[in-house]
Amino acid sequence: MIESDVFVQALENLGVNFFTGVPDSLLGGIIEELLTRKLYTPAVREDEAVAMAAGAYMAGKVPAVLMQNSGLGTSLNTLLSLNMIYRQPCILLVSWRGFEGKDAPEHLVMGETMPQLLDTMRLPYRTLSEPTMMDDLRWVGQTVMKQRIPVALLIKKGVIKGLHP
Amino acid sequence: MRPEQGTMQSRAQAMATLLELLSDQPVIICNGFPSREAHKLADRPTHFYMIGSMGNAPAIALGVALSKPGKQVIVFDGDGNVLMGMGTLATVGALKPKNFIHVVFDNEVYGSTGNQPTISNVVQLEKVARAAGYINVERVLDRDDLVYEFKDMLKKDGPSMLLVKVNEFVEDAGRVALEPPAITARFMNAIE
Repeated sequence: MIESDVFVQALENLGVNFFTGVPDSLLGGIIEELLTRKLYTPAVREDEAVAMAAGAYMAGKVPAVLMQNSGLGTSLNTLLSLNMIYRQPCILLVSWRGFEGKDAPEHLVMGETMPQLLDTMRLPYRTLSEPTMMDDLRWVGQTVMKQRIPVALLIKKGVIKGLHP
Repeated sequence: MRPEQGTMQSRAQAMATLLELLSDQPVIICNGFPSREAHKLADRPTHFYMIGSMGNAPAIALGVALSKPGKQVIVFDGDGNVLMGMGTLATVGALKPKNFIHVVFDNEVYGSTGNQPTISNVVQLEKVARAAGYINVERVLDRDDLVYEFKDMLKKDGPSMLLVKVNEFVEDAGRVALEPPAITARFMNAIE
């Protein structure tokens, strides 16, 4: 399992310096680490987080937004009619709830359909794994700056150490 | 008094008054006719004209304000927009950016889609902002109060909300001619 501080440090090394989002239990360790480093600005909805990140980007920051995949639904219009239309890059750190049907009922449909949803949105994505972490992050960093649109890194349960192991 | 009774100023008139008091501050302008009107009245590189992502203007401005604490950031917003993204009033109220001025042109209708009523005739948005933690909050109806209160907010630490009651008149203003990626690039360059 990837330690949260290792993951956050790798993102900082990539140049990410503005973090916002809405929590998920799978992202709890990352958010705790970001709060310790005073790098996290909490949002109340995922579309607000995405828009805040867009503002931070235009003010010179390299932003990342944390959310569970339900938040992709909430922020869909902002991602499409703000980021993609205005060419505003953003790293999305999305926890993959409902992966392989093993989760609470509310996560099952999004858990199954998320890859197709991201394909339909034409939003590039990759799934994080421990052995490929550095390569995954490099790909995210390069793709987000080259295409100037949001790029998602999907985080499954058990890949990054959470608050409760 | 209801806006349709016709004695109030139009949004464009109020906006023109405010733009005269601004120079190079970043201004985030919500989608629909407000962006078109601002573009027609005074096109500045420090203007970020929105199309789409309704409800997100103050969130974009908050991202700018937090990243550029030395710049006073202005939002031109509408009542329908504020109602759609009302959670952001709480985020702004909690984070308390000092450099944040939220102007809400309240005409009580969704003017860009045919004047369907909003609910701002019964929900006083500046009171919601006050309860959420905005520091300075004012509601104005006429031009003199608008000038006085906006000048005052420019001098004070925020976050501030200036709610301007306006009539339903919509300026004859075409779509913003700039392509959205060009708006992004120009705005970024101007506020650097």
